[in-house]
Amino acid sequence: MTNGEIKQHIVTVRPNGVFDETGEWLQVQVDISEWKTFAQWLRNDALQMDFLFCLTGIDWSATATGKTLLTMVYHFTSTVFRHTLVVKVKLDRNNPEIETVSDIWRTAEFHEREVFDLFGVKFLHHPDLRRLVLTDDFEGYPLRKDFEDPINMIKL
Amino acid sequence: MYRETKILNVDSKVSPIGGDLEGAVGADEGELVINVGPQHPATHGVLHLVITLQGETIQKVEPHLGYIHRSIEKMCESLSYRQFIYVTSRMDYLSAHINNHGCALCVEKGLQLEIPPRAQVIRVLMDELTRIASHELWWGAMAMDLGAFTPFFYAFRERETINDIMEETCGARLTMNYMVPGGVMYDIHPNFQKRVKDFIQLFNNKIDEYDDLVTNNIIFQNRTKGVGILSAADAISYGCTGPVARGSGVTCDIRKLYPYEVYDKVAFDEIIETAGDSYARYLVRIKELRQSVRIIEQLIDNIPDGDFQAKTKAVLKLPRGEFYSRIETARGEFGVYIVSEGGTTPYRIKFRSPGFSNLSALDHMSRGSKIGDLMAIMGTLDLVIPDIDR
Repeated sequence: MTNGEIKQHIVTVRPNGVFDETGEWLQVQVDISEWKTFAQWLRNDALQMDFLFCLTGIDWSATATGKTLLTMVYHFTSTVFRHTLVVKVKLDRNNPEIETVSDIWRTAEFHEREVFDLFGVKFLHHPDLRRLVLTDDFEGYPLRKDFEDPINMIKL
Repeated sequence: MYRETKILNVDSKVSPIGGDLEGAVGADEGELVINVGPQHPATHGVLHLVITLQGETIQKVEPHLGYIHRSIEKMCESLSYRQFIYVTSRMDYLSAHINNHGCALCVEKGLQLEIPPRAQVIRVLMDELTRIASHELWWGAMAMDLGAFTPFFYAFRERETINDIMEETCGARLTMNYMVPGGVMYDIHPNFQKRVKDFIQLFNNKIDEYDDLVTNNIIFQNRTKGVGILSAADAISYGCTGPVARGSGVTCDIRKLYPYEVYDKVAFDEIIETAGDSYARYLVRIKELRQSVRIIEQLIDNIPDGDFQAKTKAVLKLPRGEFYSRIETARGEFGVYIVSEGGTTPYRIKFRSPGFSNLSALDHMSRGSKIGDLMAIMGTLDLVIPDIDR
């Protein structure tokens, strides 16, 4: 499907989704309260987004407009139609919480643990939410912009 | 083979080597928890698997990561668009060229750079040589995991020739840095074409030798057929890519689906096997060796003349926005996601590494298998741990 067709499909279920068509792929921003039902619709309905190939977060606190903003970014591809869609969900940086999608796409389980580990985003109803690469007693979330590495190893 | 694994007291919440096993210890009667790694010859790096066993049957495999986590993504946030590429050779060190290539593609996408045809062909040649070298090392190591020692030496013998070519071209044998935004760092060595042709001639016979030695070996087939079955739907759901997904019948070769450089102009086949077991994944990689040879044969005499690098500014600045590039490494789809705020360094960078997603399917694939089969399953996942931990 082309970006226009994907957009039409999304508009029918999420009339107030915010679209961005400047990039290579269509981007849509959905509200956090609608995220879980929207994710289920993406996977099972018209768009058939069965392949979640990238899941990450972005901390916007180093920019002028995003002091309390943290965004989750999901990249989807459909192996049936071969189209790609980027979905973004805005979170409150001071208390980031979002529903897990690991029950819809199994790959999300590891990726969400990584985001929890490095950004401190809490995934609700995640089956096994623990730190993935850092030790359990590690303090702070390294990929946040205000993280200061005590021995200055990763900041040049 | 399992000499260093330790049998733990099930009641104990603390591992004898230190560390908490709270989440790993099963409470059921007769369950046994053993550690494989972080220092184990079959994990090929510092991967730590906590395995729950019922008798000899695997109940659960839980990977513990982070022994080689360097926070490369954070590091890249303070490096310029020219500098950060060099760090990525230290992720999947067996696909160093291809990692660099993926990063260069992403920066070029942001700058909207046109790459000279000569550079494009050189890049594809280097990628395919890297793929052969990587699959060779996997083949030797996989056979060694299953108890065959000879293939390891065979594989390293041929891989050495590629390493020599790499050394002559870009000065390094591992962690190569050759791809830069705009093309390649310098032109190929005058001997390059001749040496690659010599290698291809020698290598064609060697693949037959590999088939005789391992592929058609009945002992090897018995150990890998029907082991670690992954269905196509699960492969997609777990985000598997590369030979792991193609062994389950999923079409996912980025070189075919989203061609970059000159991949749409060369003839090669995407290898698909449908069995989904360890032997299918093995076959995909062995057959890919021949396809890589095929690509190199088509290009080696047809390297166009001209520049090897496009003209770029000394300091690169990407416009504000987001850029994503996907590339097929020896292990699967490698993604580079750059978020730019218009400065000289990336605001946020994310590497989607193929090994990370492939590893997440390990638990699912090995449940119900015998402990001895775990090595046959892990061997065909072709894990490179620095790529997973980043």
